[in-house]
Amino acid sequence: MSKRIDVNDLNVYYGDFLAVEGIDMVIEARSVTALIGPSGCGKSTFLRTLNRMHEVIPKAYVTGKAVMDGQDLYGPGVDPVEVRRQVGMVFQRPNPFPTMSIADNVLAGVRLNNRRISKSDAADLVERSLTGANLWNEVKDRLNLPGSSLSGGQQQRLCIARAIAVEPQVLLMDEPCSALDPISTLAIEELISELKNDYTIVIVTHNMQQAARVSDRTGFFNIAGTGKPGHLIEMDDTTTMFSTPSEKSTEDYISGRFG
Amino acid sequence: MTVTTPPVPVRTTRKLPKWAPVAVLAVSLLLALGIQFLGDGPTIAGVFFIGAILFAILMTVTSRVVEGERWAKDRLATTLVTFAFIIALIPLVSLLWIVVGDGLTRFSWDFLTTDMTGIFGQMVEGGAFHAIIGTVYVTGIASIIAIPLGIFTAIYLVEYGRGPLSRGITVLVDVMTGIPSIVAGLFAFTLFLVIFGPAYKAAVIGGVALAVLMTPVVVRSVEEMLRLVPNELREASYALGVPKWLTIVKVVLRTAIAGITTGVMIAIARVIGETAPLLLTVGIATGVNWDAFDGRIATLPVFVYRQYAQGGASADRAWAGALTLILIVMLLNLIARLVSRYFSPKGVR
Repeated sequence: MSKRIDVNDLNVYYGDFLAVEGIDMVIEARSVTALIGPSGCGKSTFLRTLNRMHEVIPKAYVTGKAVMDGQDLYGPGVDPVEVRRQVGMVFQRPNPFPTMSIADNVLAGVRLNNRRISKSDAADLVERSLTGANLWNEVKDRLNLPGSSLSGGQQQRLCIARAIAVEPQVLLMDEPCSALDPISTLAIEELISELKNDYTIVIVTHNMQQAARVSDRTGFFNIAGTGKPGHLIEMDDTTTMFSTPSEKSTEDYISGRFG
Repeated sequence: MTVTTPPVPVRTTRKLPKWAPVAVLAVSLLLALGIQFLGDGPTIAGVFFIGAILFAILMTVTSRVVEGERWAKDRLATTLVTFAFIIALIPLVSLLWIVVGDGLTRFSWDFLTTDMTGIFGQMVEGGAFHAIIGTVYVTGIASIIAIPLGIFTAIYLVEYGRGPLSRGITVLVDVMTGIPSIVAGLFAFTLFLVIFGPAYKAAVIGGVALAVLMTPVVVRSVEEMLRLVPNELREASYALGVPKWLTIVKVVLRTAIAGITTGVMIAIARVIGETAPLLLTVGIATGVNWDAFDGRIATLPVFVYRQYAQGGASADRAWAGALTLILIVMLLNLIARLVSRYFSPKGVR
């Protein structure tokens, strides 16, 4: 239940503005790929192209190829909605649906798509997803309370449970811990290393230690200056990237001697 | 280097006791009364008006002397804000007072359930049943047209609209908000005149006139509510593989439903009391007209207008009709509040 993605010469535009240029990248199945780099260098923008969330923004478009399992995500006849069912996403800020209970939030992918599900199947799915997100024990007695009644860290794990409930192939995480305290961060990092047995995970993070802890491969993005497009500077195994990167700027960024 | 110790954060001036404002108010009112005796003799309005000015001055001065400048300013600001609030409340309260007081003379169950058939001269019987039915018909027709139209327009503007078309609609909606109600009446009147000929009178014409007034109000308020729905929720829904239209129906509208209900109720309240377009389009009748598509029909605002114009015993019926109208609006508001409480997002901390 996981797929690899081959990105080939991908350019991302906002209208006339070229935001990210010429990305070539291989995202391995059943592994964690971390994307690091300074703010505004296009990590999140690139991440959002992998499940076609980018084009939700008016006038935004993409050229190039992102091939998942032999199928170009941007090929003709590809349905973005279907892509998003296979490539799930967790956002920077926890965003459970405020009108839904905890259980309904987990079932959102099913319910919002008008698919019918029997009561026992629904209960199974809720328990399986929440267990998968390490949240089951904390919320099993209050599944009918609103999702917004949870703490920030719990809400973020609820969002992960919601994302894995639709059984995607790939899970994209856009700075999932940046709004959380260290304990919740630890919980989510542990969760990520469990999830990589089943999913392909791509995570954007500003936290270098986090990238070093959770990821198998790391890509470093950088930008030449304001108004210039972001580039993928280099990508390698995380251990290599953090010990002997081949580019000077990567080493500077990782060691904190940037700019 | 000299070391300066920062002042201890303790109040150095005395504080006026809790009862001080009350005492100053009493003194001010008494003074105002005394001043009036020097002139033509006291009036209630005069005592309160002069008393209020005296209170503002005395309170500020007392506070300045005892408490210091900053506290005096605070007292003055509090006084002015409170007075502004009271002044704003006066017309509201007095309006309710008069309508309820005068309306209760004739208001009864009989008033709500009988019509004006066979009532003439100084007879005190008769009621507004036919006018209530008419108001329900006309406002109902207006709502059936305006609410879906308004909501769909707002959805287009917020979720789909880009570029000149959307900007054009926004401008048109703004212009329509300012249309005088009599113009809307003339528009509906002429529209039906062209299609059905001059003899046609029906509740539906009034409904169309009110819909013209109501639609922009619905569009505006629903648009505001939809823009309040965080984009993150839309993205969360898209990321789960939910198509756009289902996201709008099940996430955006569902999250905003409480605000939309309130907005729609405000729009209904805005048109339910309209008189001019109804006078022009549906006229008045003495009995109940159950057919919304044929014949004149009475409505509460026109009923009130006609009865009041006749004077005498009829004027009491006008007040009772006004009271009925206010009660209907209050009832609608109550329903809106219940609906919005039931649907609003829960547990937000």
